[in-house]
Amino acid sequence: MAIKRALLNTAVGLGLVAGFSAAASAETLTIATVNNGDMVRMQGLASEFTAANPDITLEWVTLEENVLRQKVTTDVATKGGQFDIMTIGTYEVPIWAKQGWLVSLDDLPAEWDKADLLPAIAGGLSVDGSLYAAPFYGESSMVMYRKDLMEKAGLTMPDAPTWAFIKEAAEKMTDKANEVYGICLRGKAGWGENMAFLTAMSNSFGAKWFDENWNAQFDQKPWADTLNFYLDLMTNYGPPGAANNGFNENLSLMQTGHCGMWIDATVAASFVSNPKDSQVAEQMGYALAPDNGLGKRGNWLWAWSLAIPAGTDSTDAAKKFVAWATSKEYTALVASKEGWANVPPGTRTSLYENSEYLAAAPFAKMTLDSINAADPTHPTVDPVPYTGVQFVAIPEFQGIATAVGQQFSAALAGTETAENALKAAQDLTVKEMKAAGYN
Amino acid sequence: MSTQHSRSAAKLMIAPATFLLFVWMLVPLVMTIYYSFQRYRLLTPDRRGFIGFDNYVNFIDNPAFWSSMGNTLLLVGGVLVITIVFGILFALLLDMPMFGQGIVRILVIAPFFVMPTVSALVWKNFFMNPVNGLFAFAAKALGLQPYDFLSQAPLASIIGIVSWQWLPFATLILLTAIQSLDSEQLEAAEMDGAPALSRFFYIKLPHLSRAITVVILIQTIFLLSVFAEILVTTNGGPGTASTNLTYLVYAKSLLSFDVGAGSAGGVIAIILANIVAIFLMRAIGKNLDS
Amino acid sequence: MARAISTRRKIGITALAWALGLLIFFPILWTFLTSFKSEADAIADPPLFLNFHWTMENYFAVQERSDYFKHFWNSVVIAGGSTLLGLIIAVPAAWSMAFVPGKYTKDVLMWMLSTKMMPPVGVLIPIYLIFRSTGLLDSKTGLVIVMTLINLPIIVWMLYTYFKEIPGEILEAARMDGATLREEIIYVLTPMAIPGIASTLLLNVILAWNEAFWTLNLAASKAAPLTTFIAGYSSPEGLFYAKLSAASIMAIAPILIMGWFSQKQLVRGLTFGAVK
Repeated sequence: MAIKRALLNTAVGLGLVAGFSAAASAETLTIATVNNGDMVRMQGLASEFTAANPDITLEWVTLEENVLRQKVTTDVATKGGQFDIMTIGTYEVPIWAKQGWLVSLDDLPAEWDKADLLPAIAGGLSVDGSLYAAPFYGESSMVMYRKDLMEKAGLTMPDAPTWAFIKEAAEKMTDKANEVYGICLRGKAGWGENMAFLTAMSNSFGAKWFDENWNAQFDQKPWADTLNFYLDLMTNYGPPGAANNGFNENLSLMQTGHCGMWIDATVAASFVSNPKDSQVAEQMGYALAPDNGLGKRGNWLWAWSLAIPAGTDSTDAAKKFVAWATSKEYTALVASKEGWANVPPGTRTSLYENSEYLAAAPFAKMTLDSINAADPTHPTVDPVPYTGVQFVAIPEFQGIATAVGQQFSAALAGTETAENALKAAQDLTVKEMKAAGYN
Repeated sequence: MSTQHSRSAAKLMIAPATFLLFVWMLVPLVMTIYYSFQRYRLLTPDRRGFIGFDNYVNFIDNPAFWSSMGNTLLLVGGVLVITIVFGILFALLLDMPMFGQGIVRILVIAPFFVMPTVSALVWKNFFMNPVNGLFAFAAKALGLQPYDFLSQAPLASIIGIVSWQWLPFATLILLTAIQSLDSEQLEAAEMDGAPALSRFFYIKLPHLSRAITVVILIQTIFLLSVFAEILVTTNGGPGTASTNLTYLVYAKSLLSFDVGAGSAGGVIAIILANIVAIFLMRAIGKNLDS
Repeated sequence: MARAISTRRKIGITALAWALGLLIFFPILWTFLTSFKSEADAIADPPLFLNFHWTMENYFAVQERSDYFKHFWNSVVIAGGSTLLGLIIAVPAAWSMAFVPGKYTKDVLMWMLSTKMMPPVGVLIPIYLIFRSTGLLDSKTGLVIVMTLINLPIIVWMLYTYFKEIPGEILEAARMDGATLREEIIYVLTPMAIPGIASTLLLNVILAWNEAFWTLNLAASKAAPLTTFIAGYSSPEGLFYAKLSAASIMAIAPILIMGWFSQKQLVRGLTFGAVK
């Protein structure tokens, strides 16, 4: 009896030891990600990955975009080492890679098929030919509009509208008595909010942030034209409270039928056309972002991407996950579980050659055309010393653009005139650039 | 003998708290002061170096700085006035005999338990949103144009939200103080035929002065660093209409990732907080001694 | 005669007090109701008060997306741990300030309180760097330390004002009877101080539970409390009112319930010396 118990004890003890050593060999990946629909979906499907890789456990940190950016930037710059995988965008990748903060992803497995990535997207995530982040989804911006309201207004949306047409359409679609506003645009201050939209828009008006000697250009006419046109559109045909509306607020407005047109990220198309969330899913139409005939359109280019910070002790496991989450297989997995319309768009050529996807996603062609129409290396009408369509790829940009965004947001709220806002923007940009040592 | 003994024991007992707080204050402060004289941007660490007072000059020579000072004072002052005035009224009301006093008290103190982030989210989305908020529905039901609180009156809206959070605290402290009032004195005054209003101004209010000072002191400590409410609702805007000093330092440190400028702002904020602290301490120290 | 008037007055006062109480409480009630609505009902025009189809789907959706209980447990450990640690450090300090005041006692106390005025953002980067080099980033230990330190002044102050109200003569008497310092603290002082300590404990748990700046910046996943949990819902895409409501209720419910059950204890000591 006693012997039996002793044996049992030993067995239990051995089992425990075995359990512990198994646990010790397991790797934990901490993944910082943004709380948008596609990322949350990935988090839900990640059990497929852990089932195939039982030695890897995943810890998720899902945060709102601004909080996420602040956390991962602080962490990577101080080498805090809290994360093994970070979700970052086209703006961060080149700056961080140049600092040596990111692990190069050139050695991902061959079946991951780097050549399949859309060239514009892969270009934005590479430095000196090396890829430093794997695109999870890519986006440009485009016009999303209500076909029924367009018809009611007696107009037809061309595939490539001009700003003048947008204004005419906004005017005719606006029906304030029924809370239908002709156009919804971002107004909330932030370099990734109103300034992303306005910077992209300004490109089509021939404006630029800096001339070739890094002199700020807010005192030039093209910027005044841009801002005045925007303010005119929004104050006359925009929704109330526009100065606090970002992507998410406008998405709600669009889905609940309050907007005639909305110019924003192409990924929004899958949300506004999803009948489960959107009351106007049946009525959605799409067009390229508007232009003024100057050769540049007002659309941007962005890719939420997965990157691995240098200094993580789980590089191999992290690469395994990044390759899984950005693979064609992941796309197929989403398609099988949630339908083709919900797969993360805008990263791979093969997706836009897939007939099932093209049939399920009426916005696919316009998304691809929009992405291809953006040129981050030559974003403006005149030559400029920087790259980036809706941003300027220098570290100082986010601080400056956030402050400028506040000025423009104040102009939209009516607490500041356009003229004063531009003057303040010019002054603070000049000052910041001087403090940063550009001139 | 025993006094001597307990004196040294007392010193020993106070030491850990003092030492810990000293370290907690000093180490970051020294580091912050050090960084404030450096060009130190998180995203360009290779260009780090000593730049003298440039960070201070840049921080102060910025229109946002002066408006943020004004906003900080308005925010602290506004919330103090609202919470104290309504706190006294609520405390007087709750002191009166009524049915279900316990439940009413539970209802009134509830906001104090709500996280600042949550209360800002709730007010912003469910109430102040000009399209889907309840205030907008109410306005439409009355045939009025919905008012866009966070764009048109951002600072006032934030003052409202913060006041909602702190009203329970003020009410509770003031209520305890009212309840401690010697009822004989009040009854005597009532006998003498003093009207309710003068009973309030000549007996209750002086009695409350000590409690009011405490409310001012404790709330000021928390109100000077109001942050989450601004971040969630307005991001300091439109323009800089709702940027307080804390938010401005945040914008420099964590939106521009300019540690140097942020540290300079931090040092300025610490100095200003200490000026406020000295004034308050004087006032309350006097009041507590008496 | 006087009775009849006062009853009528009492009803009037009751009505007014209840109306105001419900007004103050309404935002929380509304969030609670919204958390049981479908996303479409949550923004219905006109708003639906009780006549909607009640559903638990938002709570399930939130739980599926973020591990509520992990965050909840972290909040409990951080708020509870920092409160206990704070009390252990603060009780002796407050005791000696209250009963053996020296020349500089008041100055030390004021100075302690003034450290609380230090704006957290101003020192975030230094603290972050210290945490990184000591391996305290994203650890519950680190957050317990920070929460203890930022709330210590409030704890000391609250206990001090409470201890001061305990008449010194009682202690004198105990000392006359030959009680040692230890006995004095354990048998005489502690029983009298329990209400004050309880109230301090409760207030500190509330403050630590709701602190959102340090927790958000120094914790990522392993030690992340409910403040981080809610940050994942602050502005998601599309229709989100109902899910946001559910997440909000999940974040505030534990402390709200604790606060309601213990409000008598909380209120009793919450005077900060405001009452003489």
